[in-house]
Amino acid sequence: MTVFLIFFPLLVSLFIFLVRPAQAKTIAFAASVVELLATLYITTQFSKNELFQFVLDVPWIQSLGLNFAVGIDGISLVLVLLTTLLVPGIILSTRNKQFAKPHTFYGLVLMMEMALVGVFVALDGLLFYLFWEIALIPIYFICLIWGGEDRGRITLKFFIYTLAGSLFMLIGLVYLYLATPGEHTFALAALYEAGQALSPGEQGFVFWLMFVAFAIKMPVFPFHTWQPDTYTVAPTQGTMLLSGIMLKMGIYGVIRWLIPMVPAGVAAWGPTAIIISVIGIVYGSCIAIVQKDFKRLIAYSSVAHVGLIAAGTFTLSVVGLQGAMIQMVSHGIVVFGMFYIVDVVAERTKTRTLDSLGGIRNVAPIFATVFVIVMLGSVALPLTSGFVGEFLLINSIFQYQYVLGAIAGLTIILGAVYMLRTFQKSMSGEVNNVTAGFADLTTEEKWVLYPVVVLIILIGIYPAPLLELSEPAVTNLLKVYSNLSASVK
Amino acid sequence: MNALFVICGLGIAALVAEIVNLKKWLTAFVIVGLVAAMATIFIDFGTSTMHFSEMLQFDNFSLAFSGLIVVTTIFWFWLANDYFRLQPHITDRTALVLFTVAGAVIMASFNNMAMLFLGIEILSISLYVLAGSRKESLFSTEAAFKYFLMGSFATGFLLMGIALIYGATGAFHLTKIAEFIDANPAGLPTFFYAGILLMFIGLAFKISAVPFHFWAPDVYEGAPTSITAFMSTVVKIAALAAFYRVFFIFSSVDHTLTRVIQGTTILTLVIPNITAVYQQNVKRMLAYSSVGHVGYILLGFLANATESANAIFYYLCAYACASLTAFAVLHVIGSYNRSTTVEYFNGLFKRNPILAVAMTFALLSLAAIPPLPGFFGKYMIFAMAIEQGYTGLVILAIITSLIGVYYYFRIIIAMYFQEPSAEPLSLGTSTRVLLIALIAISLILTICADRFVGLVG
Repeated sequence: MTVFLIFFPLLVSLFIFLVRPAQAKTIAFAASVVELLATLYITTQFSKNELFQFVLDVPWIQSLGLNFAVGIDGISLVLVLLTTLLVPGIILSTRNKQFAKPHTFYGLVLMMEMALVGVFVALDGLLFYLFWEIALIPIYFICLIWGGEDRGRITLKFFIYTLAGSLFMLIGLVYLYLATPGEHTFALAALYEAGQALSPGEQGFVFWLMFVAFAIKMPVFPFHTWQPDTYTVAPTQGTMLLSGIMLKMGIYGVIRWLIPMVPAGVAAWGPTAIIISVIGIVYGSCIAIVQKDFKRLIAYSSVAHVGLIAAGTFTLSVVGLQGAMIQMVSHGIVVFGMFYIVDVVAERTKTRTLDSLGGIRNVAPIFATVFVIVMLGSVALPLTSGFVGEFLLINSIFQYQYVLGAIAGLTIILGAVYMLRTFQKSMSGEVNNVTAGFADLTTEEKWVLYPVVVLIILIGIYPAPLLELSEPAVTNLLKVYSNLSASVK
Repeated sequence: MNALFVICGLGIAALVAEIVNLKKWLTAFVIVGLVAAMATIFIDFGTSTMHFSEMLQFDNFSLAFSGLIVVTTIFWFWLANDYFRLQPHITDRTALVLFTVAGAVIMASFNNMAMLFLGIEILSISLYVLAGSRKESLFSTEAAFKYFLMGSFATGFLLMGIALIYGATGAFHLTKIAEFIDANPAGLPTFFYAGILLMFIGLAFKISAVPFHFWAPDVYEGAPTSITAFMSTVVKIAALAAFYRVFFIFSSVDHTLTRVIQGTTILTLVIPNITAVYQQNVKRMLAYSSVGHVGYILLGFLANATESANAIFYYLCAYACASLTAFAVLHVIGSYNRSTTVEYFNGLFKRNPILAVAMTFALLSLAAIPPLPGFFGKYMIFAMAIEQGYTGLVILAIITSLIGVYYYFRIIIAMYFQEPSAEPLSLGTSTRVLLIALIAISLILTICADRFVGLVG
């Protein structure tokens, strides 16, 4: 079943590449819906109290200790759900836009889905690394071929930056691999054991090797410099992939491949990670406040949001990790909606500069209403999905250290400042000649945005099913962690 | 052994073809012959035999490397098809290439220093002529002359080294030298070390390791593109195989040699990779990148075990596949424009997607981006080096790989991002099939990596 999730999008993307059907978009959309249905089926078959399920483990390159080992636990499942949920939306979000070489575009999107699912289900260190890197190739080409101005330079910076980070992770993984006893292996359990047996100093070393890769991917301050440019220059679908899903790879990496692997290293350096994440929250929010470009503003708000998720994750409490899980889903949905809204505005007015907009509310009331709901999800108003996640996260940081909690809590205030300011500048006020002819949502756009709105409210009101999915896995992970860090002390 | 006979026979047959006027069918005939040679290698695989008073040894190592050399040559003939068609003396050229291959096979399988020398000379002398085969071009002549001067200089070093080692150990046979070293661990005279050093310098010229690489960029750029493709694949594989056979024996002698290799590795990693960034001509950039790849392979030599032979073999498979693809594309571009600067790659994705995609595969593999075979090759070598405690060198190698990404991606950006500078490009069926076959091989190298890794050891 897990294998189907990985190879089905790959096969369809190869089909689209090689056969170049005229209906590339329809086929890609149908494939992504099938993928979503398969994931939903897995969710129904998923037994909440067991850890890894639907496991497959076959040797691939034995001389490298590489096995094709995949499996799903609660943490993976939530993220696979998010991925397979967003990809159909991303494919639909192209609307009537005519891409040059559409089959290449949709093929790359599906290939990206394959790699992302692979990252979330891999149970072998080297396999995880492979999927992690494979995910970089399609997104690079999506940004390079269909991106905006000056994309050559910006995407190369993005590529080299993230590649450099992941090479450090590779060194870390190899270091652990060589520490496995007997016949070396990259199997998850063996790497956990090897990592936990290292001395605290060595664990700290490995922690930094791996953390740099994850921090660049998220990105948390000060590793974020590639992000605003890349988000701005990428085509809307590329930005959605990057911020909606790819960003979660970093958090997922921390949860699965860092906390249980080098507990003493995490215990020693986690506080540092929390501090830089909290700095990122304030920094990202402040820069977002002064942005003039709508898309760039959302990019910086993403830095702030992910900082909060990272900080909550490193508190190593059930509340923090559960908050991170649900906030990853919420952020994915909200940011997808946000970039879609940006795209609609940019397409109809040919500008993303906030100052030249205004009064859209008067000509497109439905659009403005949808925007309000997505925005409220972003600023974490109670009864929206953002509230559940941010509340849990800030709560966990408060319990960890109240000053840091207070600073992290600023995100809600600052978030409200930049989001409301955006609303004011674009939606309210007088209609000007740029926005005068702004048409309201078309049926196809409603098909994309209404589910987003429904999900934001639904998760906000009733988050329990999602939280229950990941809870056993998170509790188990923390049990492992606290046992080990206690024994080290 | 049979493969060597087949190749030499083919060479002579190619010469005779001029007289009996079979020029039209020559390339096809040669390819069939090389496939037959490959078949004999398959049959012999797993055996270990000595020939000519133990002067040649065909074990798994030499068979695997000979196989790689022969397969690369087959693809090269396919790639260089039109190079031969446009030349007046097709039979001579074909024969010269085949003799080069014979020399290459000897270099992968010698067990005697005299045989090493013979192999290198058979290979080199044919290559001097081939490098200068574009007679109307001054650059080609310059390349040939430079290559000849530098090559003979290196051979001098090599011969002197062999003589000194013979003086110290009284043997030409590798096995006997190894026995002598084992028997007298302390009693080796100083000039023995001098001999090793001289041999090292001689062979470093041949594998174009820094600081003995100065000839490589000029020769690669000046020679006809197809000959450059041949030099940077077949010749490089043979030279590295010879290097491995010689220094596998000496590696037990002393740590001074390890130091020398370390120093050379550092230089070979840093200098060509940085120089490549400043190249405008893709052919010259590939020349520097090919020198840079020697650096990564040298890193594999530091491990000295059968494992390292496996890793080096896999690395060379991946490298040969990627290089052939890149040169095939370069060959097409060059034959349309008479020049191969980066601008001619502008908008290639729009002009001809297959060429652009094939080039992308090649460049991603050379840049070691997973899941392409170049990544696994580098990964094996890096993991091995870390295991041996060379973490610092590996970090340096990773940094130079990132520099590599920078200059390889310049071409990718030109292909996908820049506006096309010319009309769409059409490809012949043969080239198209060749490119698809090479892409398929690089995927096979990834998926069935296990089959290739265990071949040598």
